[in-house]
Amino acid sequence: MDKQTPLVEMRDIHISFGGIKAVDHVSVDLKPGEVVGLLGHNGAGKSTLIKILSGAYQADGGEIYINGEKAEIHNPRDARKYNIETIYQTLALADNLDAASNLFLGRELTTAFGTVDDDAMEAETRKIMGKLNPNFKKFAEPVSALSGGQRQSVAIARAVYFDAKILIMDEPTAALGPHETQMVSELIQQLKAEGIGIFLISHDIHDVMELCDRASVMKNGQLVGTVDVKDVTDDDLLGMIILGKRPEGVPVQG
Amino acid sequence: MQNHAKNLINKLGLDARLLGMIGALVVIWVVFGIFTEGRFLSPRNFFNVSVQTASVAVMATGMVFVIVTRHIDLSVGSMLGFIGMTVAALQVKWLPEVFGLGHWSIWIIAVFAAILMGAILGAFQGWIIGYLTVPAFIVTLGGFLVYRGAMWWVTQGQTQAPLDPTFRLLGGGAEGTLGETMSLIFGLIAAAAAVTLMVMSRRNKASHGFTVKPAWAEGILMAIAVTGIMCFVWIMNSYPIPKGAMKRITKAQGIEYTDGMVWNHGVAIPVVILLAVAIAMTIVATRTRFGRYIYATGGNPEAAELSGINTRLLTVKIFALMGALTGIASIIASARLNAVDVGLGTLDELRVIAAAVIGGTALAGGAGTIYGAVIGALIMQSLQSGMASVGVDAPLQNIVVGIVLVFAVYVDIVYRRRTGA
Repeated sequence: MDKQTPLVEMRDIHISFGGIKAVDHVSVDLKPGEVVGLLGHNGAGKSTLIKILSGAYQADGGEIYINGEKAEIHNPRDARKYNIETIYQTLALADNLDAASNLFLGRELTTAFGTVDDDAMEAETRKIMGKLNPNFKKFAEPVSALSGGQRQSVAIARAVYFDAKILIMDEPTAALGPHETQMVSELIQQLKAEGIGIFLISHDIHDVMELCDRASVMKNGQLVGTVDVKDVTDDDLLGMIILGKRPEGVPVQG
Repeated sequence: MQNHAKNLINKLGLDARLLGMIGALVVIWVVFGIFTEGRFLSPRNFFNVSVQTASVAVMATGMVFVIVTRHIDLSVGSMLGFIGMTVAALQVKWLPEVFGLGHWSIWIIAVFAAILMGAILGAFQGWIIGYLTVPAFIVTLGGFLVYRGAMWWVTQGQTQAPLDPTFRLLGGGAEGTLGETMSLIFGLIAAAAAVTLMVMSRRNKASHGFTVKPAWAEGILMAIAVTGIMCFVWIMNSYPIPKGAMKRITKAQGIEYTDGMVWNHGVAIPVVILLAVAIAMTIVATRTRFGRYIYATGGNPEAAELSGINTRLLTVKIFALMGALTGIASIIASARLNAVDVGLGTLDELRVIAAAVIGGTALAGGAGTIYGAVIGALIMQSLQSGMASVGVDAPLQNIVVGIVLVFAVYVDIVYRRRTGA
C-alpha cells in the first residue's frame, strides 16, 4: 500500500432512519486519480453513505477527512466548497429550466449589476456541451424536453464544469444506451487521468470491474469489505454482495 | 394563411400564451363595447378599469412567486384589510396627535408602515411554512382569520376616514394622476426604456454569437411596444376632469377657473405604482438569483436543495415579499376609497389567486409570469366592470367570473399538454 494521503476518508459513519441503521459504522476512502466502486443491493446503504458526503444527509456520527483534514459538511453548499460534486441517480434537474440554468444552479454567473447573466451562462454551456456531447443542441428548451441521455449529460456537465476534485456518480449509466455509456466510461478515464477521485455507485459488476480500481461492498448498511478489483473475480464480488462473504486468499480492507 | 401567421409569430419570438390572453382581453372589450354602445370603450371607463385593477394586480405579481414555489396565500385579502385599517388609524388618530393634523410627514410614515407591516406579517407566515413545515394552505388560512379579527380590534370596528390628503393621491381619482404633461413625459420615457432594453439585449446576444431575430422583426416589436405605451397615455389624456373636481383643483393651485376650461386626467398614480411593481418583479423573476431559485424550487424542490439553495429561507423571503406587496396594494385600495371599514379586502385573496392562475401560473409549480398575472387581473376586472356596466346582477357576475376561472385554467392545461411544456 502506498502512503499517499487519501483525498477523502469517511470514518465510522453511521446514520439511522426511524430505528433502521441505514449506514452502520462504515469507513471508506478515496485517493486522487482513483475510482472506487460502491456496490450492494438496493437498500444496502450506498446511496445514503454518499449523500452524507454530498451534504444531503447529516450523519449521526463519524468523521469525514478531506486531504487529511477534518471536514464539516452540513449541507450541499458545504460539500461544494470542498469541490465535491455529485451526479445524482435522479439527476436533480429542475425540469422547467433550460440546460444553462440547471448547470449553473446555485452558482450563477452575474453581470456587473449583480443580475444573472443568461447569455454568458448559455455561452459557457455551449462550450462544455461541445466537448461532452457534441450532438446537444437544445439550449433554449426546458430540460423536460430533453431525452434521458441529454438530461444525463446536463447533470454530468454540471458536476464536471466546476473543477470537481471529488466526484460522486450515482448510477450514471442506468438510463443510458450503449453509445452514451461508452462516452461516460471515456469521461471517467479522462477525469481519473486529471487526478480527480471518483466514487462510482453501480449495480453493474461489469462496469465496476472495467472502470474501478477498488470496490467497497455494502450489505444491510454494513461494509462487507473493500478489495482491489484486480485481485478478485466477478464471482468474488457477487459473493460479497449477495452473501456478504469476504473472498478467501485476497487482501480485504475495512 | 395560418402557416404565414404562425411563421410570423415565430419570427417575432412572441409567446402564444401572451397573444391568447391579449386576444381574450380584446374580445371582452369589444363585446362589452358593443353591449354598452361604446361606453365601455370610453377613456373614462379605461381609466376606471386601470385604477380598479391596480390593487389586485400588485398582489397578483407576488402571488406568482408563491404559487410557482407550490405554495398558496389565502391571507392576502384579510392582511390587506388589517394593514389598511392600521395605517388608516395611524393617519386619522395616532399620528395627528403627535405631529398635528395634516402634517407633511404623515403620508410618508403611513406608506412605510404599510409596506413594513406587510413584510413582517408575511415573513412570519413564511417562517412557519419554511422552518416549522406547516403547509402554506393551513398557515395562511389561519392568517385569513387572524388578520380579519385583528383588523376589528385596531379600532373596535370603527370605520376610519377621511385619510391624509397626500396619501389619497396614491389611490387615483381626479387629483391622483400624473396630469397631461407628466403622463406624456412618462410615456416617452417608458417607450425609450423599452427600445433601449431591446437594443441592449440584442447586442448582448449577438456578442456571444447567438442567432438573433431578424432586424425587421425586432423593429416591429419595438413599434408595437412604443405604440402600445403611447396609445395608453393618449387614452388617459383624453378623459376630462369633471367640473366639480376642476374647480377644486384650480382653487388648490391658485388658478382661476373659467367655464370651458378642460384638463384631462392622465395616467393614474396607482397605475404608475403597478407598472413600477410589475417591472421590478419581472426583473426579480428573470434577472436575479432569487428569482432563478424561486423557479428552480418550483420545478424540483429536491434538486434546488441539492444545488445548495436554502429553500427554507427562500420561503420566508417569498412570503415577506408577498406581504410587502399586500402592503402596497392596501395603500392603493384604502387611498382610493378614502376610508377603511372592516370589510376592506374581503374576497381579494380569491381575486388575486384567480388573476395569477388566469395569467398562466401553474398550481403544480414551476411556471408563471408577472405580465401574465397583471393581464389576468385586467381580464378579471374588465369582466366585472363590463358586467356591471351592462347591468348584470351581482350574483350572476360572481357566477360568470367563477366559470371563466375554471374555463381559463382548463384552456391552459390543454395548451400545456399540446406544447409539452
